[in-house]
Amino acid sequence: MADMFALANPKRFMDASAKFLPWLALSAGAALAAGLVLGFLAPPDYQQGTTVKIMFLHVPAAWTAMMAYGLMALASIFSLIWRHPLADVAAKTAAPLGALFTALGLITGSLWGRPMWGTYWVWDARLTSFLILLFLYLGYIALWSAIEDETRAARAAAILALVGAVNLPIIEFSVNWHTLHQGESILRADGPQIASVFLWPLGLTALGYTLLFLALWTVRIRTEILERRTRTLMLAEPQ
Amino acid sequence: MSAWTDMGGYGAFVWPAYGVTVLALAVAVALTLRSYRRAKDRLAKLEKT
Repeated sequence: MADMFALANPKRFMDASAKFLPWLALSAGAALAAGLVLGFLAPPDYQQGTTVKIMFLHVPAAWTAMMAYGLMALASIFSLIWRHPLADVAAKTAAPLGALFTALGLITGSLWGRPMWGTYWVWDARLTSFLILLFLYLGYIALWSAIEDETRAARAAAILALVGAVNLPIIEFSVNWHTLHQGESILRADGPQIASVFLWPLGLTALGYTLLFLALWTVRIRTEILERRTRTLMLAEPQ
Repeated sequence: MSAWTDMGGYGAFVWPAYGVTVLALAVAVALTLRSYRRAKDRLAKLEKT
């Protein structure tokens, strides 16, 4: 806990992130490249044919979209309770990235659904709750830009992020409710129900997406810290 | 070659999925780096004066 607060100091975050960022970016690139190459070499699935290749894009995008929301909500808790400015920055900068991965999850999902289910879209619980995730991200971003005072904007946005977090378990469990979406096949009590020739590229692309999100998030936090410092300096010495 | 583009009849779905993903991620990386560089330049200019 003490370490976490140490890193939550903007100056220390800038120093530490300058050191780990190159490694983060490098490993993100390596995992993504390896996963995509293995994915392209993977044989067609006996039921899904070559559309199984869409899984290597869809599942990691959807997973990263949900993880990003979880991290945004966690940062929002820190922001509300400890009023820490870096927590505001972390939550604020996660949202556009989360929205991007959510949109990619929706697009790749519908391109997979058309050939496999016969439709791009159905209004079932899984797909609808995932669409709501996109609206939560967009609403969160809009709220930040609607309130001029930074402290008040941070508080309002944090409350919205926490209320919206209810949607995460709904997305997670709705796969078992009446839906066209296929059931859970990886994190099962009886082990992964997926051939290793698909599990490897999926694991690597999922790792690559996660690391890519973390790398982009880090750069965006650094950007926001620099911008806030600029604003403070400009207020201190008006031209 | 045509087997590669055709993707066993699913080329019209597999390729757009890859195209959109690669394009979106590349744009996200480019925009993120651009705004970082801009923020860094602005602050450096301000700190010099």
